[in-house]
Amino acid sequence: MRLLDVEGLSKSYRQVGGESTLALDEISFQVDEKEFSSIVGPSGCGKSTLLMCIAGLIPPTSGTVKVKGIKVNGPPQNLVLVFQEYNKSLFAWRSVLGNVLFGLEAKRQLSSDAQERARHLLHLVGLEGFERHYPWELSGGMQQRVAIARALAYEPEVLLMDEPFGSVDALTRLELEDALLRLWKELKTTILFVTHDIDEAIYLSDRICLLSRRPSRVVQRIDVHLGRPRHQLATRADPKFVELRNEIYKQISDEAGK
Amino acid sequence: MKLLKKINFAGLASLGVLLLLWEIFTRASPLLQLYFPPVSRILLSLYQLIFSWELAGHFLASLGRFLSGYLLAAAVAVTLGIVLGHFRTAYSLSEALIEFLRPMPSVAIIPVAILFLGIGDSMMVAVTVYACTWPILINTIDGVRNIDRTLIDTARTFGLGRWKALGKIVLPAASPYIVTGLRVSLSIALILVTTSEMIVGGSGLGFFILDEERSLRTSNMYAGIVLVAMLGYSLNRLFLFLERKAMSWHRGMTAGE
Amino acid sequence: MRWDGESRLNGLLVLAAVIPVWELASRAALVNPLFFPPMSKILKSFFLLVLSGDLPYQILLSLKRAAAGYLLAALVFIPLGIAMGLFDWVHRSLELIIELARPIPPPAMVPVAMLFFGLGDGMKIFVIFFSCAWPILLNTYDGVRNIDRVLIYTAGTFGLSRARSVVKIIVPAASPQIMTGLRVSLAIMLILVVISEMVGSTDGIGHFILDSQRRFKVDQMYAGMISLAVVGYALNQLFLLFYSWLLAWHKGLTRKQR
Repeated sequence: MRLLDVEGLSKSYRQVGGESTLALDEISFQVDEKEFSSIVGPSGCGKSTLLMCIAGLIPPTSGTVKVKGIKVNGPPQNLVLVFQEYNKSLFAWRSVLGNVLFGLEAKRQLSSDAQERARHLLHLVGLEGFERHYPWELSGGMQQRVAIARALAYEPEVLLMDEPFGSVDALTRLELEDALLRLWKELKTTILFVTHDIDEAIYLSDRICLLSRRPSRVVQRIDVHLGRPRHQLATRADPKFVELRNEIYKQISDEAGK
Repeated sequence: MKLLKKINFAGLASLGVLLLLWEIFTRASPLLQLYFPPVSRILLSLYQLIFSWELAGHFLASLGRFLSGYLLAAAVAVTLGIVLGHFRTAYSLSEALIEFLRPMPSVAIIPVAILFLGIGDSMMVAVTVYACTWPILINTIDGVRNIDRTLIDTARTFGLGRWKALGKIVLPAASPYIVTGLRVSLSIALILVTTSEMIVGGSGLGFFILDEERSLRTSNMYAGIVLVAMLGYSLNRLFLFLERKAMSWHRGMTAGE
Repeated sequence: MRWDGESRLNGLLVLAAVIPVWELASRAALVNPLFFPPMSKILKSFFLLVLSGDLPYQILLSLKRAAAGYLLAALVFIPLGIAMGLFDWVHRSLELIIELARPIPPPAMVPVAMLFFGLGDGMKIFVIFFSCAWPILLNTYDGVRNIDRVLIYTAGTFGLSRARSVVKIIVPAASPQIMTGLRVSLAIMLILVVISEMVGSTDGIGHFILDSQRRFKVDQMYAGMISLAVVGYALNQLFLLFYSWLLAWHKGLTRKQR
């Protein structure tokens, strides 16, 4: 079933001088239920803008976004966006546990076992023991995990993630990738993941949507037929992985050459 | 067209409505008029007062006390602040004294000043100086103490003597802090001048406003309030203007942050 | 301003030295004993007045009025500041009125208050209410305006209604700045209660000090001033305590940022 349907999405901005710049150019793609989809593109190509439009936080200039067939007019009730700037998105006045509980509060699901569920989510992201800490006491990677746990507490049907592992060191990133895959498998959410890291996209996804530079259009839709579960070493050494990567790199350099 | 956008129509509208309602309701009710004379009458009083020498005398008296107190305080406090901020021993000796006197609201010094200096101009200027000294002093000390070590070393590596360094480097580097203190003191000075005029009487806008209230000449009272507010506003604007000229380097620097 | 060990000792010695110096100078008539009664006499008066309950009574009267005006101002102007920060039309409508009312020096409102309320508590409460308005209002407004956009988007993506985001996100995020406004207003409150009691009152600590001077009970005048300094200090400490309790998270955050 088509969970997410983006059709002809365009976004332009009016500049100070009066002219407008086109950031997104008629973007169209679909995401199926329980799928892990990635959007890959060079830095600054407007991936964040695209996610914000899909999340209903900013209005597109033209085109539509449909979640479960219903047109998006504001933040949809069954969708959550995890922001790139986690340090600005997390609530400094709440503890780690408090932040995760917020996800439950937002859905008005503060039952007696709320604390238990929040703790369980923290356990899933590997942060047990840090419940009473404040976000600023944690490292960047840990903060991002809190943000992810908070989003998952909301139990969204669609989870949008804006370069969540962008400012995390390489080793932590691999850990987080696997943790995310475990979470995805257990919670059976649909994930739309934005990244500029091609390897990461291939490793994580079922399908990849490749965007060009600004003004962004969809260059190609690629299916990733690598088996699951994925393994950091085995999957990345798989010849199909290398093939996919080469194909994508070729697409990118073709685009750059234009 | 762009200028049109800058004019705050909503603001003007609500202000206009407020004044209109004031005018209408007070004209309709003599009882209300005791407390709120109609706006038109207040404006009339204001107009009449401005062109009478009586109010000019009060205005100049207040302005004179303000300037004397404020400028004297600035001179004393900046100098003292630089000394205390720069010389460690002086600071350590005076720190406890400062922290002890600070929590006491400066207005409490008025009776002491009356005791020592009677009820004339000198008393009013003295309390103003006392009150204004605190923000300027503390901010200056802060500013001098927060000067980057590197700047001091730069001065020394260029062979600047202690006093030259003070003038050429310490003062300019601490000036943003000093200016903050000066700005805060601006409103404090006006408060002290107005207050002492009310308590001691005789002349000045503070005395005028209180006196008109006692005589139930309410339009004059409100007119006096408008005038003292205009005085405060103009002083503020003047300060901002001078600050912009003197501190343009700092504005440019912090704008990038 | 920091206290390091040695500095503190030096300073306290100087402070302590004032007492004997004052005493000797006064008794030896080096200074006019009328203006400077011996410190022993002042301290004696101070303790007598405190123990007899006279001074505490006057202080309580003043604090009662001060607290009423202060709390009323907080109750009115914090919500107003939030409204101005959230709704631009509220800000624009009130902007001119505020800009006109703000330059009025607070003492100038004392005669107005006397006109309305005579010489009673109401007069002082009104003056304090008016004077504390601006720091509270403007700091609250600033605090709300300075909230990072990502935080607002986070509220949006979790589907929070306007009302819920005000309670759960806007107020906590703006609270450090709101506290700044409250702290500044605390000092103003104390100043204005003294002023209003000196100009138009028959009781209260402000009146007490002025009255003592008029009756040439100079030692009592100084005793009153000492008690006022003590009250000022105590209020400050109480506020710091309150601040530490409420904004513990903020202290940690700003300490890290330094």
